[in-house]
Amino acid sequence: MKNDSRYEIRFSGSGGQGIITAAVVMADAVGSLDGKYVCQTQSYGPEARGGKSKAEVVISNGPIDYPKAMHIDLLLAMTQASCDAYFFEIKPEGLLIVDSTLVEQVPTSRAVAIPFTAIARKEIGRELVANMVALGAVGYVSGQVNLKNLEDALLSRVPKGTENMNREALQAGIEQARKVDISNLPRSFVNEWEEEF
Amino acid sequence: MVVEAEVIRQEYLRHDKKFPHVWCPGCGNGIVLGSLLRAIHALELPKDDVVVASGIGCSSRLPTYIDFNTLHTTHGRALTFATGVKLAKPRLKVITVMGDGDATAIGGNHFIHAARRNINITAIIINNNTYGMTGGQYSPTTPYGDKSTTSLYGHVEHAFSIAELAVTAGASFVARGTVYHASHLDRMLEQAIAKRGFSVVEIVSNCHVQHGRRNKLGGAVKMINSFKESAVPIAKAKKMSPEDMQDKFTIGVLCDVDKPISTEEYNRIKQEACKIDDYEETHKRKETKVKRHEE
Amino acid sequence: MVSKDKNRRLLLQGNEAIVHGALAAGCRFYAGYPITPASEISELLSVKLPQVGGTFIQMEDEIASMGAVIGASLAGEKSMTATSGPGFSLIQENLGYACITEVPCVVVNVMRGGPSTGLPTNVSQGDVLMSRWGTHGDHPIIVLAVSSVNDCFSLTVRAFNLSEKYRVPVIILSDEVVAHTRECMTIPDQDKVRVVDRIQPNVPPEWYKPYADNNRGVPDMASFGEGYRHHVTGLIHDERGFPTQQPKEIDRFLHRLHDKITKGFPEIVLSKTIDMEDAEVCVIAYGSVSRSAMMAVKKAREHGIKAGLVQMITLFPFPRKVIDAALRQCKAAIIPELNMGQMSREINRVNQSGTAIIKMNRIDGQLITPDEILKKILSVS
Repeated sequence: MKNDSRYEIRFSGSGGQGIITAAVVMADAVGSLDGKYVCQTQSYGPEARGGKSKAEVVISNGPIDYPKAMHIDLLLAMTQASCDAYFFEIKPEGLLIVDSTLVEQVPTSRAVAIPFTAIARKEIGRELVANMVALGAVGYVSGQVNLKNLEDALLSRVPKGTENMNREALQAGIEQARKVDISNLPRSFVNEWEEEF
Repeated sequence: MVVEAEVIRQEYLRHDKKFPHVWCPGCGNGIVLGSLLRAIHALELPKDDVVVASGIGCSSRLPTYIDFNTLHTTHGRALTFATGVKLAKPRLKVITVMGDGDATAIGGNHFIHAARRNINITAIIINNNTYGMTGGQYSPTTPYGDKSTTSLYGHVEHAFSIAELAVTAGASFVARGTVYHASHLDRMLEQAIAKRGFSVVEIVSNCHVQHGRRNKLGGAVKMINSFKESAVPIAKAKKMSPEDMQDKFTIGVLCDVDKPISTEEYNRIKQEACKIDDYEETHKRKETKVKRHEE
Repeated sequence: MVSKDKNRRLLLQGNEAIVHGALAAGCRFYAGYPITPASEISELLSVKLPQVGGTFIQMEDEIASMGAVIGASLAGEKSMTATSGPGFSLIQENLGYACITEVPCVVVNVMRGGPSTGLPTNVSQGDVLMSRWGTHGDHPIIVLAVSSVNDCFSLTVRAFNLSEKYRVPVIILSDEVVAHTRECMTIPDQDKVRVVDRIQPNVPPEWYKPYADNNRGVPDMASFGEGYRHHVTGLIHDERGFPTQQPKEIDRFLHRLHDKITKGFPEIVLSKTIDMEDAEVCVIAYGSVSRSAMMAVKKAREHGIKAGLVQMITLFPFPRKVIDAALRQCKAAIIPELNMGQMSREINRVNQSGTAIIKMNRIDGQLITPDEILKKILSVS
């Protein structure tokens, strides 16, 4: 198995935003339902709310040795702090997705900016599901997961009675991401930044 | 009575295996041993169903000499082992024998939590106010001012009242007896062992070799006789003034209440949890394969 | 909730896989105390054990947990506890008791940064030698190191089997990375899981000697309450279980404790070798670090370097044979560890071929990366 089949996603934000849950649902869909190899890890501090939160999903067609992300293909940043902290670990040809409700200064134009929190609040009625809106966008943009399986994985993990809300959130994220034309973005961070490098 | 004593000796002692015992002549531990056997005999408990666990210390050697399932554990931990045995096989009658240092110093936390949990175990605590086996150091029940090998200038700390501690911690049944009042002790132990819930019997005993000698309390006979004066039945104590009760302690049943027993409560949880689905079909607990040899 | 677990590809954390492994092995008693990063094991077992007729209890501390585990095992149940560094310090007292009384039980230690409270949420491998020598006195013990979710299941089953067969506590050394990494695995059918139970006596009770030697060196074990009344003590005991101070009996007893493990070496000592056939440089690793090492070795091969990996699965008894062979074959051995070199010291101890032993130590709470190990491989090639 060649290492280049690895696809690494990092979900980042602050504690309480549901960062880890989003990563777990992604991993469940890719691993249990799509049948690929997957490793999902996270780092966390002592606080249950607030503080930095980071979760990773490594996807491969073969067994995964090192379980953590090394060269990130896709970074989701749900806060400015996490965007600033992790942006430099993205591969040159990687991609950044930010919650434009909370991330005001996007460090690159090779980024997909969608107001996940605002969508969750206005369209779904609960800010709580911003992570699922974001998951929809990550699922679509990454191209690594069957979107039907992503929805099934989500529904199998949410509390009873919240299925519709979560499904709507996920679909809203997918819809928003569909509108973005990634091929229009700069090919690589390096091209864009080469002056400064 | 003599015949009965001989029956008990033959039936319950490991007389062919583990004697002579380690205790000093005149030690109250022997009286407790006799009392415990009489109580178990009176309750007609099958020997195979009785587990006696102990910690470390003079008193904790007691299970070695008696013919039950016996468990001599680590210092202060008898109740933790007993908890495991009881939960794994609730049909067993589990009794622990501990000393004052064992149960209330190093094992103090286990003691109050066993009481709080109200697990169906009987805790017998032999209180001789000292660590006898290690040479007479002060224990949590050494009286203020007393001398020990680690308080030769006089003890500056205050003593626990074990039975009262057990009541506060939530035990279902708490009694205190002494090795002088042997037949009263028989009754206390019988009631405690029969009680459903966590039961505690504090037994005031003598260590004339360590505590007694250093504090000029006399030999075994004098010390044990002194309990006759210092022990006051609870009903009588209620009518006495605090001044009259100075240097005295109560004996009898301090507390006897009924409340849910954690072992039985947990059994209920098992029955309900099992219904959740058919998982237990494949993971069914295996019936024990031991063949009994009871010809 | 549970039945759908069977035969389905499940996304599980290492800690959850340990629970499934324990249940498949027949574990029916668990006592524990909350501690990061092992708490998921307690939480999941508190749900699952009563469903299979087992018992879960949260004790007042880890000393008590270990006591209860031994008590339950003496009463006939396969028992386990799980903890992390600070709790592992506390269980040592009664772990020694389990060694001397030969009570089967499994202890999971999910390693976190130490000493003391240290780094509760970060990875470490600082308890390696403690797992071997943590409790006082000479004693036999088996230590297995897990590196993946699949390992967590299969090695937990194995831990119970070894524990039951040899009547010895078995320690599963996990770490924060393995414990919290989620991977997919399929839980096998129960009839596909090989389960070993302790051998119980079949002599009449009056003939039963609870610590008598036999050709296996492992005495038959009767449970409390089955008619075989016997004495269990943490004092050195004779074959009837009663305390002894006879030098001859003491010597025979302690030698049997060690010999029973020595006799079982071929079954107990496990390791995995990858690309070792023609290797000139080897990486010797265990636990989560072996995964970084695996990737580094593959990358080194892409660079044309003859690198290989020895993954230690049984850490103790020490896998002397395979390590010795690797050292004789290679000019250099790289030992990456998340401690200051606890295992490299052991490896150096058996190094008779003058092979260069290169320590790699990371103690900042982070996993060693494949690139770091690759760099080391490149530097010695």
